[in-house]
Amino acid sequence: MPISINGADYPLPDDPRVSLLDLLREREGLTGTKLGCNQGACGACTVLLDGERVLSCLTLAVQAEGREVVTIEGLTGDGEELHPLQQAFIDHDGFQCGYCTPGQICSAIAMAQELRRGDPSHVTADLASGPNGPTREEIRERMSGNLCRCGAHNGIVEAIEVLLAGEAA
Amino acid sequence: MSKLQNALVGGVRTVLEHIPAAWLPGASPDHLAERRVALGTQQPRIDGPEKVRGMARFAAEVPMDELLHAAFVHSTIARGTIVELDIAAAEAAPGVGLVMTHRNAPKMKVPPSIGLTSMKAAGNHTLPIMQDAEIRWNGQVVAVILAETREQADHAASLVNVLYDAAPSRTRFEEGKANARTPHSIQMDQNRLEKGNATKKLAQAAVSIDATYSTPWESHNPIEPHAATIAWEGEKLIVHDATQMIHGTVGSLAKVFGIKDDDVFVSSPFVGGGFGAKGLWDHQILGAAAAKLTGRPVRIRLSRESMHRLVGGRTQTEQRVALGADADGKLKALLHHGYATKPRHSITDEAFSQTGRSLYACESFDVVQHYVDLDLLANSFMRAPGEAPGTFAIECAMDELAHALNMDPVELRRRNVATCDPVSGAPHSQSDMMAAYDMGAERIGWDRRSPEPRTRSEGEWLIGMGCATGTFPFLRMPGTAARITVDATGHAHVASAAHEMGMGTATVQRQHAADRLGLPLDSVSVTIGDSTLPYGALAGGSSQTASLGAAISAASDKLAEQLLRLAGNDTPLAGLKPGEVEFADGGLRKIDDPSRHETFASILGRASQAEVSVTGESKAPMEMLKFSMHSTSAVFCELRVSEVTGEIRIDRLVGAFDCGRILNAQTATSQFKGGMIMGLGMALTEETLLDERSGRIMSTSLAEYHVPVHLDVPDIDVLWTDIPDPRTPMGARGIGEIGTTGVAAAVANAVFNATGVRVRDLPITLDKLDLG
Ligand code: FES
Ligand code: FES
Repeated sequence: MPISINGADYPLPDDPRVSLLDLLREREGLTGTKLGCNQGACGACTVLLDGERVLSCLTLAVQAEGREVVTIEGLTGDGEELHPLQQAFIDHDGFQCGYCTPGQICSAIAMAQELRRGDPSHVTADLASGPNGPTREEIRERMSGNLCRCGAHNGIVEAIEVLLAGEAA
Repeated sequence: MSKLQNALVGGVRTVLEHIPAAWLPGASPDHLAERRVALGTQQPRIDGPEKVRGMARFAAEVPMDELLHAAFVHSTIARGTIVELDIAAAEAAPGVGLVMTHRNAPKMKVPPSIGLTSMKAAGNHTLPIMQDAEIRWNGQVVAVILAETREQADHAASLVNVLYDAAPSRTRFEEGKANARTPHSIQMDQNRLEKGNATKKLAQAAVSIDATYSTPWESHNPIEPHAATIAWEGEKLIVHDATQMIHGTVGSLAKVFGIKDDDVFVSSPFVGGGFGAKGLWDHQILGAAAAKLTGRPVRIRLSRESMHRLVGGRTQTEQRVALGADADGKLKALLHHGYATKPRHSITDEAFSQTGRSLYACESFDVVQHYVDLDLLANSFMRAPGEAPGTFAIECAMDELAHALNMDPVELRRRNVATCDPVSGAPHSQSDMMAAYDMGAERIGWDRRSPEPRTRSEGEWLIGMGCATGTFPFLRMPGTAARITVDATGHAHVASAAHEMGMGTATVQRQHAADRLGLPLDSVSVTIGDSTLPYGALAGGSSQTASLGAAISAASDKLAEQLLRLAGNDTPLAGLKPGEVEFADGGLRKIDDPSRHETFASILGRASQAEVSVTGESKAPMEMLKFSMHSTSAVFCELRVSEVTGEIRIDRLVGAFDCGRILNAQTATSQFKGGMIMGLGMALTEETLLDERSGRIMSTSLAEYHVPVHLDVPDIDVLWTDIPDPRTPMGARGIGEIGTTGVAAAVANAVFNATGVRVRDLPITLDKLDLG
């Protein structure tokens, strides 16, 4: 079965050792997903796999067989219009160089869903009742796998709050 | 710098003392410091949409046919000779196109060293690159593998067998101190500064402190790895690079390969974070050499490990600071002595000893720094080189002195703030450090601080507040040029080989050009980022905005001349000289007479010209030698320390900056915050771990080198005085690096306030906090 990437079907790579990140960047020219470490340490390569965030450098492309991958390029569709979170990143200056940005955005979209689902995190006080709303501390803890060396952390968190507020409304 | 250069700079300074300021660049204040329309407003990044869509193209993403991918084999000893180099298995591995070693590498010259005096040099060290069997640091590249895929190259690299004849090496800081050398000068100043008798004054001072502070090797670790996509077209070399020095790379590669500057093309429109790291290192040179040998284009993207082994970082320092004061806190003596690792093949000065020379008035000084020569990777500049470690030592010492005096640390600064250069007496171009302190103190609520350490707590958490001064000098690079082209619709296009690493370069200079030319923002566009454009100096030393700003200003003067010539006599501007007109409302008008105005479109239309294009070059930055030009900041921190574990959590961070005019509130805020967050990393987590037995770096991944993550970063408040500097373009001074300075000291001082424990050794990790 093929892999669906941003709604289009792609064949599995001939070599089962190819990572999802390499499939995207090196073979299909989808360079919006970034490589920061290739070791699972920076989050720059985060994409959505069936709606959940994964590090594509630590995911084999074949693991995505028959599943849906959404990358930063897939968030906007064909239209000019930005995803609300992309716009919020611009409005709150949630980046400088922009290299960690696609990973931050994909990660935050899945994180919002984790919060909605009530998944607890390390800073959730009561594991049974789940997170006590989208506090800054919850957002920060949950986004800590996405490094930003430019130091756009405040803007990123503010942009994510806009997304969460929009969803709540 | 050599003795000779030192003498020259000294000579120029002496001459300038007698030259009226009116003759120098910045003689009359830039009117844009006050008359601002687009400047000073908050403008979103013009490249924002591209970046959030993932459409901004970085160096490793440039498509090319027939591309080969490079991987490196690094030496595993610090010094010695390669005696056996078995590459047979690697050559036979699937997909391998080339194995390059010193045996088959082309002849390459050492790249010219980067420096203030050479505009087309970018070399970070002076060692030959793959020209012989000698090993000079642990991690040096001994083989380059090119293969059809990166995985194949990485695999083949693992098959290379190297045998070394190891020679004795010097890799221990403590041992190196014994043979440290004392250079005659550091950057543009004499190294040794003796003014008054500091030793005697220290001994006689009513109150004194004397302590030693140390800062570790740190690595920039931008999230985008260093990368280049390289091709030869005949004798022409094409490099899509991630660099903050486009023209320096052009000039250097031309020298290395013995070709003309014009035959090197370097493009670097987006850089995924630089911080000083994205210069010319061995990888671009080796990539170009390998591409030459195979006749195919090459992509080199450094692994995190290769980044640590090939790209130098902020060097280790050890600094003694002794301060003596009278009972009122007036400084009598300032001694700042210390060591920094700087291998002989390194170019970069870690000029920590500059910090204490500019901040505070003091009766006597005794300042000198020594270099420890080790067999290590060349060190380099990392965000706020010199001042980042320098402010840690000086500003912790000031806090210790305040404590010894039983005086509020802000008050101690107030009593000693310099009103002119404390050493030379040169006037400040502009400086108001205490304005920054007052703003910052109010914002954080400094009056809540308990002067007595370890007196505030909440549960297991000890709470403390600290402050420190940050500082960074003003720099403007010579030679930067900009082209302005105005077309028949009145649209202006600005072009220069400037760099975008996240600072918002094009965004801010578009605001600048709009105001400079009297145009609305959307009538201006800006192109930066490749070597076909007019010369751009490196993006370093927080200088790019001023350098490019001065070039655009110079170009606008030429544009006015050119337009007046084109306008001829049949115009409301007839007979006016360039000095009598100003840009306004999409054209030129007579100063003080708005009725005599003509638009660009009208001038060009009558002259039947499609466009007018001029290139201007900024003047030599003589103002830097005549005036004392430093930005300052006041950093405030409030934090908690767990009495149980020693864990430190930063609750608040406030930075108040006196950096001249702020040009774009949004991008400036991000620059300041980004710098401060790097300061947080310096304070608490960052350290490049060296195995001193072998000279090998142990922390070569982001799992082992800890940069601040979201949960480490509190809400940060950024404030600025916004007082124009009358000597600089747009009244602004650089803001890219000062954010990093002072933060580690503010944190250390807050830790002391919280716990009563003084940690003088960065980073402040849990093991150093004995809360007894
Ligand atoms: S590239 Fe995947 S986590 Fe860094
Ligand atoms: S914006 Fe540069 S690393 Fe995050």
